[in-house]
Amino acid sequence: MDWYIILAATIKIVVFVFLVTLPLVAMSVWAERRVSAAIQDRVGPNRVGPAGLLQPVADGIKFLLKEDFTPNHVRKTYYWLAPALTMIPSLLTCAVIPFGSKLFGEKMVIADLDVGPLFVFAVASLTVYGIVLAGWASNSKYPFLGSVRSTSQMISYEISLGLSIVPLLMIYGELNLGHIVMEQAQNGWALLPLWGDGLSIKGWLLSIPLFISFVVFTTSMFAETNRLPFDLPECETELVAGYHTEYSSMKFALFFLGEYAAMIIGSGLAVTLFFGGWSLPFGWLTPESVDAEVPFWHGLIHLGAFFAKVILFILFFIAVRWTLPRFRYDQLMRLGWVVFFELALANVILTALLLMWLK
Amino acid sequence: MAIVVDRPKLKWWEHLYLPALAKGLRITLGHFFKMLRGNTKVTMQYPEEKWDANLPDHYRGAPALVTDEQERERCVACQLCEFICPPRAITIKPEEIPSDDKWAKVEKRPKVFDIDMIRCIYCGFCEEVCPEQAIYLRKDYAITGTSREEMVHDKEKLYEIGGVRVGLVNKWNALK
Amino acid sequence: MTFFFFIFAALTLMGGIGVVVNRNPVSSAFSMIISFLGLAALFIQLDAYLVGILQILVYAGAIMVLFLFIIMLLDIPKAEKKRFPVFTLGASIVVVVSFATLMITVITRSDIGSAKLPPIEPVKGTGSSDVHQIGELLFSTYWFPIQVVAVLLLVSTVGVVVLSKRELK
Repeated sequence: MDWYIILAATIKIVVFVFLVTLPLVAMSVWAERRVSAAIQDRVGPNRVGPAGLLQPVADGIKFLLKEDFTPNHVRKTYYWLAPALTMIPSLLTCAVIPFGSKLFGEKMVIADLDVGPLFVFAVASLTVYGIVLAGWASNSKYPFLGSVRSTSQMISYEISLGLSIVPLLMIYGELNLGHIVMEQAQNGWALLPLWGDGLSIKGWLLSIPLFISFVVFTTSMFAETNRLPFDLPECETELVAGYHTEYSSMKFALFFLGEYAAMIIGSGLAVTLFFGGWSLPFGWLTPESVDAEVPFWHGLIHLGAFFAKVILFILFFIAVRWTLPRFRYDQLMRLGWVVFFELALANVILTALLLMWLK
Repeated sequence: MAIVVDRPKLKWWEHLYLPALAKGLRITLGHFFKMLRGNTKVTMQYPEEKWDANLPDHYRGAPALVTDEQERERCVACQLCEFICPPRAITIKPEEIPSDDKWAKVEKRPKVFDIDMIRCIYCGFCEEVCPEQAIYLRKDYAITGTSREEMVHDKEKLYEIGGVRVGLVNKWNALK
Repeated sequence: MTFFFFIFAALTLMGGIGVVVNRNPVSSAFSMIISFLGLAALFIQLDAYLVGILQILVYAGAIMVLFLFIIMLLDIPKAEKKRFPVFTLGASIVVVVSFATLMITVITRSDIGSAKLPPIEPVKGTGSSDVHQIGELLFSTYWFPIQVVAVLLLVSTVGVVVLSKRELK
């Protein structure tokens, strides 16, 4: 039945990556503009389509029709390669995120790997090459400074990002995102242990390190996706536009979309790890085990729950962006190395002690 | 004398940064939900809603030529406005009024009177300098076109915008 | 599956050749990343997911970024053509000849194809995934080497700190 597996995987890839994530990227650009407008007492794009919903389409057409200008002083190969290198890893990470429980007897995850979070971190760490090469290939000073900043920022925060989820993995004893979600569906979400086994002193005590790791994880995610308050690589006031100063047309759009795709995947991972993924609160409509069959409409509700949570998380991303001022570079580095690195390490030890004590 | 402002000493919970984040989010989300409820006064939806009725009397829009109550063009082609115009937007070619004309006594009139609206800065000097009170800044502000040629207002267009101005309007009266 | 093996093996080898052939240091570093990615894919084909992912995470994602970072900051000019690199040429000939001898000896002496590897027994008391098995082995059978490696890393870190701070005095 090889062809069946390949067909199912192809359909899942096409649907989840190209029919769900990419439109979600476009919609989050629209949401960003509307929400920021509302926060600043403006209206935002409301002309194209109902409530401006077709604005992303208009933007896309505009990007495609603009002149694709390649400056003369750039290193051509890497200049062309860089935008793709930011976009592709962001989309590749979709592979291990469980979008839902089951539909038509198929698990709603493209690749059910046993190393889920590690896979996301590994592939996401490759996005830095796009930015580095963009800065280097542009052969001009502002992109170069932007790319140098982004490299050091991403390397620094990758460490606390990786360490921050270690307590979670210790508690669940799993690296498979599907199993982690199932565990949370039955015994309370990581940050909301209010049912199942979570409703006990043990569950509540363990939610302390989980909350710390959530704070570290989310903040590091902001830094990894180059979002405000950590958007120093593109920092308009200092670096013109940072690493994409020399880019125009669709190449610029790819950087732009890559940033939003990374944001969506980051939200998806945060939701999966800390907010029970596709599961509903209080164990409603939870299947018995990972492999148990799920009624069709339960599967649909699970998909809907996942995307509702992801959208809420994206809105949180957006609200934070329009609330906080940008960090200074030394503050950013100090936060990464002096605060978060130690905090994440201490958190691992705290979790280990708690687990030993509660055993 | 320089004043040294001491950095405020932060309490430990202020160092945590999270309370400040919550405070900031309360403000921004407050604005957000106020907007969702429709309690925010927002900017005007321009092409549908216009500010025209509230334009002040001294509003300086597009300059235009006017005719008087006897349909005579007031401009006598003295070229003072062309001279004063800071961006040199005005081009005038005078011609003599033929002796058999009804207004032959006026002697001169513009043959060509062009105002390049791409150049015009709406300063109103032309209106101020005109001894014949023939050029006025009207309240038209949406001057658009798809080509440079279209943006040059010729004499016909200027009279169309300007229309008829009845009676002697002495603009210095107010200052006396 | 063999098809994919050949694709990724070719990718790995091409990346390796690129490291040596390219005159531009950034291109060399980039070829090395490609080579690492191909290698990781080969590991994953052997169901060694953890090793493959760590290959990307550690080598391609962290170490090569630092390499690229340094290369970009130093802005090394393209390798200049020297007169005639007698020493380099001699050394490379020696290396190639000895490596070829080694490979030929190993391949002719071994019984590839007929030999059967012993089946791998899953470690007792662990889950099915390779993450669990590697973790169990590292922290039970091989706990001492792990500690030694950790101390070694710590020593080298301290050494780097000392070396970099010395100039400041």
